[in-house]
Amino acid sequence: MANGVYEMMRGLWQTFRSAWTKPVTIQYPEVKRQVSKRYRGRHALKRYANGLEKCIGCSLCAAACPADAIFVEASEQTDENRYSPGERYASTYEINYLRCIFCGLCEDACPTEAIVLEDNYELSFETRESAIYTKDMLLDAVSAPNQPTPRKVKPGSFNRSVPEMKDPVD
Amino acid sequence: MANEITLTIDGKQVTVPAGTLIVDAARELGIDIPVFCYHPKMEPVGMCRMCLVEVGRPMVDRATNQPVMEADGTPKLQFGPKMETACTTPVSAGMVVIGMSDKVKAARNDVLEFLLTSHPLDCPICDKGGECPLQNLTMGFGKGSSRFEFEDKQHNQKHVPLGELIYLDRERCIQCGRCVRFQKDLADDPVIGFYQRGRNLVIDTSSEPGFDSIFSGNTTDICPVGALTTADFRFGARPWELKSAASLCNHCAVGCNLTYNTRREAKSDGNVVIKRAMPRQNEAVNEIWLCDKGRFGYHFAESHQRLEKPLIRKDGELVESTWDEALDMAAKELRAYGFRFVSLASGRLSNEDLYEIKQLTENLHGQACLYSPMAGGDLTPLIGYADPQGLSRVGKGTVIVVAASNLHQEAPIWWMQVRAAVKRGAKLIVVNARSTRLDKFASAVVRYRFGREAEAVLSLVPAAETSGESGKIIAAAENLVVLYGSDGIGLEGSRQVAAASAELLRASNLLGKPGSGLLPVWQRANDQGAWDTGFTPVDDLAKVVSEADGVLIAGADPAGDHPAYAAALKKAKFIIVQEQFLTKTAQLADIVFPVQSMLERDGSYTNGTRRVQRFMPVVEKLPGTRPDYLVTAQVRQKVVHSNLEFISAAQVFMVLAAHLPDYQNLTYATLMETVPQHPILGRSDVYYGGTSFENRQGLGVQLGTAANRRDKYSLPAAPSTQNQLPDLEHAEELMAVPVAELLDTGTITQKSVLLGKRTSTPFALMHPKTAQQKGLAAGDKAKISLAGVTYQAVVRVDESVPTLHVLLPRSLGIPLDKPVLVKVIQ
Repeated sequence: MANGVYEMMRGLWQTFRSAWTKPVTIQYPEVKRQVSKRYRGRHALKRYANGLEKCIGCSLCAAACPADAIFVEASEQTDENRYSPGERYASTYEINYLRCIFCGLCEDACPTEAIVLEDNYELSFETRESAIYTKDMLLDAVSAPNQPTPRKVKPGSFNRSVPEMKDPVD
Repeated sequence: MANEITLTIDGKQVTVPAGTLIVDAARELGIDIPVFCYHPKMEPVGMCRMCLVEVGRPMVDRATNQPVMEADGTPKLQFGPKMETACTTPVSAGMVVIGMSDKVKAARNDVLEFLLTSHPLDCPICDKGGECPLQNLTMGFGKGSSRFEFEDKQHNQKHVPLGELIYLDRERCIQCGRCVRFQKDLADDPVIGFYQRGRNLVIDTSSEPGFDSIFSGNTTDICPVGALTTADFRFGARPWELKSAASLCNHCAVGCNLTYNTRREAKSDGNVVIKRAMPRQNEAVNEIWLCDKGRFGYHFAESHQRLEKPLIRKDGELVESTWDEALDMAAKELRAYGFRFVSLASGRLSNEDLYEIKQLTENLHGQACLYSPMAGGDLTPLIGYADPQGLSRVGKGTVIVVAASNLHQEAPIWWMQVRAAVKRGAKLIVVNARSTRLDKFASAVVRYRFGREAEAVLSLVPAAETSGESGKIIAAAENLVVLYGSDGIGLEGSRQVAAASAELLRASNLLGKPGSGLLPVWQRANDQGAWDTGFTPVDDLAKVVSEADGVLIAGADPAGDHPAYAAALKKAKFIIVQEQFLTKTAQLADIVFPVQSMLERDGSYTNGTRRVQRFMPVVEKLPGTRPDYLVTAQVRQKVVHSNLEFISAAQVFMVLAAHLPDYQNLTYATLMETVPQHPILGRSDVYYGGTSFENRQGLGVQLGTAANRRDKYSLPAAPSTQNQLPDLEHAEELMAVPVAELLDTGTITQKSVLLGKRTSTPFALMHPKTAQQKGLAAGDKAKISLAGVTYQAVVRVDESVPTLHVLLPRSLGIPLDKPVLVKVIQ
């Protein structure tokens, strides 16, 4: 009996002590926690500063993907209707988030740093179809003013698909 | 054997025929000596220096002429101070080749670094990326990083259309010259070449329209980088995403083996579609080549005009129906009209389809007609050309006679093989009324006026008084191959030519040798199979059809081809059509069954040399369609209550094999057997570039002939040598004769938009004098009045065409199935 009271007191002591420490829980979704710099959340397709899409539709992300979550279809583009530098662009780009395991291999495989796993982790779906993100959902908004894609550009100004890239610093 | 040489490569001994190059000898051992410019189907040039190896030869004492021995008794080897190119050096006795040493690796590294100085390294968007020899060899032997600044590289144009079909990326080109050599040496269309020099060296086309060759697609296969790409596949998919399915080309009698690469696509509504056609190595058929019609003419299966539901005629209108209703209606009508039944099928159908239609025709005591203007399919089982190696090894000692055929347009791959045979030493005799592209390779050319084809062929018989030079060539022949086509002749003319060719072969006393025989250049892929299953062409097709009570038409569009057939079909009481499209014939039908194209199903074709080959399903079948053999079998089941439940093409083929003596013991399994083929190509990507597929899906089976089996057989009597056509000297009209044009507007071909850009316009080819007489010159538009209808055609002139004749293309809108008199006006 005495033993039982002792055990109970010991438990209550823990409760009493914890009441004075700073809580780890936050008031999600009103409050959101800062994610780490290298966090791997939902993908985004990036653009260059001039508004052109970085993605050239090479499908290497799909080849690298261990979960077969990415589907890319490329098409040919012209200077009249330019999406990205070079002759090829991604006409279809889909990621199935029911399959994606957020490993980041697609990011590693990308020759133009077009696909980046960002900090959005708020992914919930009610249907299988809604788990498939299409290119317009993944593509970043145009930051450069009045430079949407596709657009007409001066002939011959964007004929290199793969830019020269520095080694990643982070 | 004296002609065999033993040498050592990387410590392994190999024995190869004398004259073999080191690179090929190494390949026999499974050792890859990397190459770029060398291709086993072409003469070596040693331009790229990638294949440098160390070569040692036994040292010979010059005084005694005896080999110098080491102390241990082995021959002393002498290595040159420099490495040698393995692709140009033939093997010699006792040679020792070191294909993998530090010195060799350093050389490869240097060559690669040199090639990459101006290569753009845009592998991520390059169509060759993933199956690229340059990429693979750089991974194997190259440096990890470049010492070259990007700005210092030579920047060339990346988007150069060489024509409608082929695009060139000049920056990716490594100047190996494979494409230039292929076009010059094998295709005889030297329309592309090197331009400028040094760092500015580029490939350019010199023809108008650009890259004007019917073999242009092959250059994209043999290009070791992604410099040449097809308009069809450009940026379409990455090679590793594609699935493969073995198939056959269904455009001509050669029966080229090919592999279709497919992919499920969002832009094609989520369907599996064919992305490209690639040759599949079969040395007995097409080696590793395809003509552009075969490579780009596969779009018929994905056409949106395909029929998806059976159509039946109700109150004069064709309306959609169900399969059960349509089959019941067909059976009811056929039972009623069971007497006087005619089936009309073409070589577009497979053996299985044709066998089923033949069975139904027999059950109804009808007549099985082949829709073809060529005769002689009954002769090929007796004296056909049945060399198991096809035409690809024909050489010295063989005489090839090409009679009444514009082979370049009728069967392009055979044309290429005949040309290669002449290079290897075979003698060629061309018998044609006008000049063709084979003439310049011929040892003798025999000309005749249209209508005298048989006489011209018979003049070659060595004993004939008129035989002359060509008769001497044939008298000296060890083997004789006679190809005959349909250049300027109809069915009657073809029968004469076939009989004359048979007579020539008989008179040569060479029958029974496997390398001798008759080879008809059929117009469709399976015309030979149609003959073998019991179909024969009829002289007056319109009459036969109009007198029939019930007609079944499959794989043919007679009403679209000729107004006379359309009129005849209108007279027929009841017409069933099995078609993929709503053709003009289908529009006249009482019942139209929508059938699957060959790309959606199993089946087999028998090609011109009587090689039975199998094709496999490539894409998903169009919902609502059934294969031809199944449709016919289901009709038959309802008509004659046959209790055979045919489920698959394989089962139909088994029954067929049991009933046709020549096809005995054949099954789909035997058609799929393969043996190692030489030269070795594409076993691993590193060597010749991975885009010629190794054949793992079957080489087919060559059927034998009665002559080769030494069976008893009888040939038809030699034909009369009289002129088949009326004398023209004083006629107002011209004699119009039909000729073949490869890129035509046939039911299946015209669904390929890309080929449409290269389709010929209807032309009227005549002698300049004849044209002048009619007030026409080359390039003018002539009006051709044929059976009361006027057709337009562009005038072309050629001095070799007999005067008072006009040559009109088949399947380009002008209905012409045999020589007829026409009026030609301005």
